[in-house]
Amino acid sequence: MNWFSFIPATSFMPVPATKESGDVDNLYIFLLVSGLISFIILIGGMVIFIFKYRRKTEDQKSAYITHNTLAEFLWSFIPFVIMMVIFAWGWNVFHDLRKVGVKGDVEVHVTARQWAWTFKYANGIEVNSPTGDKLEPNIPESTLLKPEIVVVPVGKTIRFILTSDDVLHSFYVPAFRNKMDAVPGRRTTFTFTPIEKGDFTVFCTEYCGTKHSNMMATIRVVDSEQFTAWQAAEIGKKAGAADAGPAQRGEALFKGSLGCSGCHSLDGSRIVGPSFKGLYGNKRDFADGSSVVADDAYIKQSILVPTAKVVAGFPPAMSSFQGRIKEDEIKDIIEFIKTLK
Amino acid sequence: MAHDQHNYLNHQKGIWSWLTTLDHKRIGIMYFIAIMSFFFLGGVFALLVRAELFTPGKTLFSADVYNRMMTYHGAIMVFMVIVPGIPAIFGNFVLPIMIGAKDVAFPRLNLMSWYMLMIGAAITGSTLFMQNVDTGWTFYTPYSSIKTGMGVIPMVLGVFIIGFSSILTGLNFIVTTHKLRAPGMTMTRIPLMVWALYSTAILQVLATPVLAITLLLLIAEKTLGVGIFDPQLGGDPVLFQHFFWFYSHPAVYIMILPAMGVVSELVATFSRKTIFGYTAIAYSSLAIAGVSFLVWGHHMFVSGQSEFAGVLFSFITMLVGVPTAIKLFNWIATMYKGSIRLDSPMLFAIGFMFLFTIGGLTGVYLASTGIDIHFHDTYFVVAHFHYVMVGGTLMALMGALIYWFPKVTGKLYNDTIGRISWVFIFSGFNVTFFPQFILGNMGMPRRYYDYLPTFTELNQMSTFGSWLIGTGFLVGFFGVIFALLKGKEAGMNPFGGKTLEWTIPSPPPHENFDKTPVLTGGPYEYR
Repeated sequence: MNWFSFIPATSFMPVPATKESGDVDNLYIFLLVSGLISFIILIGGMVIFIFKYRRKTEDQKSAYITHNTLAEFLWSFIPFVIMMVIFAWGWNVFHDLRKVGVKGDVEVHVTARQWAWTFKYANGIEVNSPTGDKLEPNIPESTLLKPEIVVVPVGKTIRFILTSDDVLHSFYVPAFRNKMDAVPGRRTTFTFTPIEKGDFTVFCTEYCGTKHSNMMATIRVVDSEQFTAWQAAEIGKKAGAADAGPAQRGEALFKGSLGCSGCHSLDGSRIVGPSFKGLYGNKRDFADGSSVVADDAYIKQSILVPTAKVVAGFPPAMSSFQGRIKEDEIKDIIEFIKTLK
Repeated sequence: MAHDQHNYLNHQKGIWSWLTTLDHKRIGIMYFIAIMSFFFLGGVFALLVRAELFTPGKTLFSADVYNRMMTYHGAIMVFMVIVPGIPAIFGNFVLPIMIGAKDVAFPRLNLMSWYMLMIGAAITGSTLFMQNVDTGWTFYTPYSSIKTGMGVIPMVLGVFIIGFSSILTGLNFIVTTHKLRAPGMTMTRIPLMVWALYSTAILQVLATPVLAITLLLLIAEKTLGVGIFDPQLGGDPVLFQHFFWFYSHPAVYIMILPAMGVVSELVATFSRKTIFGYTAIAYSSLAIAGVSFLVWGHHMFVSGQSEFAGVLFSFITMLVGVPTAIKLFNWIATMYKGSIRLDSPMLFAIGFMFLFTIGGLTGVYLASTGIDIHFHDTYFVVAHFHYVMVGGTLMALMGALIYWFPKVTGKLYNDTIGRISWVFIFSGFNVTFFPQFILGNMGMPRRYYDYLPTFTELNQMSTFGSWLIGTGFLVGFFGVIFALLKGKEAGMNPFGGKTLEWTIPSPPPHENFDKTPVLTGGPYEYR
């Protein structure tokens, strides 16, 4: 609630869900109201003059006025003062949003890459978003993938430490009125204190290539107890996954932390890269005219040096997983691919 | 065209005489033809981009094709249409005449500028057929340097050459304004259009080299693997943004200052009144040019630059608002107690003020750090800069076209066609871009190929508006053809202008003035 909440100025914005976002909305309402008044004065004045001083006869004379020092001083000084107010207010809100140096109650390392987010909690829980499933199955040509859910507790200070594996991305949550770029080779922070429970959408706002519009995640804000329960369940799931067979582990990697499903389908359809359906043991034709039967060595090379052999008809868009994948994980992936007949 | 009369159009004959001409007026016309062709191409891309966004999911094209169209729309419109637009076309045509000169200071350099634009445009355009580029017009690293195809190199090389065209034109205008003014024409008697072009020229000469160097560094990184912007090679990706916006923010004023010059002329002529606060308008152009060099960081509030840098850039950006507001107040004060005629050029000037006011006020939102964080890189920004650059610059361009058309060709542009064109363009702009402010409020990021279903209706409205704008410009183009074929003889001064170009025949003679004019007063003496 704010002091002029009767004005539905922010009615198009999502519900403000953090402690900071209400202050942003107050500033926004001030800007909207003062901007509207300025617009009415300027354009209203112009319209009145157009009608009042319309040329009625061809020899109609106009007044000879070259300047007016008082008027000119006032219309320079008053906007200056208003803009200084907006600047100072904006600074204040900005400082509150940035929370430079503030330690979070919950800290999560967020890594962006084309075209997914990885959230790593201190206790090893890892969430990868989006998932491989379609978000809008009813829209036949929709390319959006279902966002995975990242859980945080309400009322605590949450600090996301952002970086990127490849190009620039930007972490944006409209309901939090906050945004920060994920820059390769750099760490930036996105700190917020959620006050509303619910699901809030994360978008990528820095253009990052083909599937820029697909990089979504959902932040679910819950009670502390629910958060603890969620963490326990995730840790249990992880332990269970370790006991699974290599093909299941490979499938989890494919859909999860490695984010292969963003570019490669399992059903033969074309996304960005070639489908994995029927890959193992079959012939691959490459852009340079050569071909090879897909075996362990070929798949391993494609993961580590994707540009070495580029499948005909596809762009050399994949980046190397060198340093991001372990030897065992490559084996698991290969086992998984073998199951895709 | 008046055949009995000797003028610059019939001074020499044949296509070769045009391609080798040193006459600033002919070069202006050559720029017009070239830039309008680019504008058509950029406009087609705009319509395709909007068509794709008509429904969520794939409507017509794949994501890759969409990203390329969005890139070409931006790059063509910015580098080949709006930046060179008014200065190269109308600046070339009217600047020497307005100050009583026979030509620009360096006619050969002027012709060379045109050829550089052509060569640059050809190289950039050739990527469409070889290696499409999908980086967006900003070419942000490291996407442009490591993640996308080699087409970026010819694209950027073309832009580099176009930049030189811009620098040479600016240099020419600065020297012309300083050295070739007619006797009695002091700096405080030059028309405001000339002041605007002069301020623009300073920006072109000082800012464009930074873009040129940046683009060369990008090419060096992409071909030689020099680590400047790519963190994998030890470079800094944000450095590119600093360099890029150090040019591209002043470039926004390269786009808008000439438009402001046009509006100053139109408001004075069609209000038949001395411009209010001549000195304030003139010096505010210089002030905008000066301050615009210090505000680039407001594009980077969320880039990871320090909070202090953000605050400093926010403060300086607020200062640009003041001279901009002064101009608007002065134009409106000029209309006070005037004798106003709403011919189509004046309608475009009023349209400019309307759209530019919305663009300017929303610019204050984006300059304020606290609220920019929410709107940064959303459709709010798309709406804002289209209101400023497109609503502003293209409105002024249409106004300038109809206003100086009789001077250029000797034929009147049909006012009814001009008004119909205005209705479509003006309403189309608002239908297209106003919903985008709301989309920004809702949080729809820019450069999105696909979007959530909640954004559908507003996107459809926006696409519908784009058709109105397209129709408006087609009507405007039809008006040009119609005027050339069937236009009435214009005479020397159809609108009652007071600046020097209205004291010579239409079309002007080869060397503009038979007798060098001598000035005894200011440019807008309606007594």
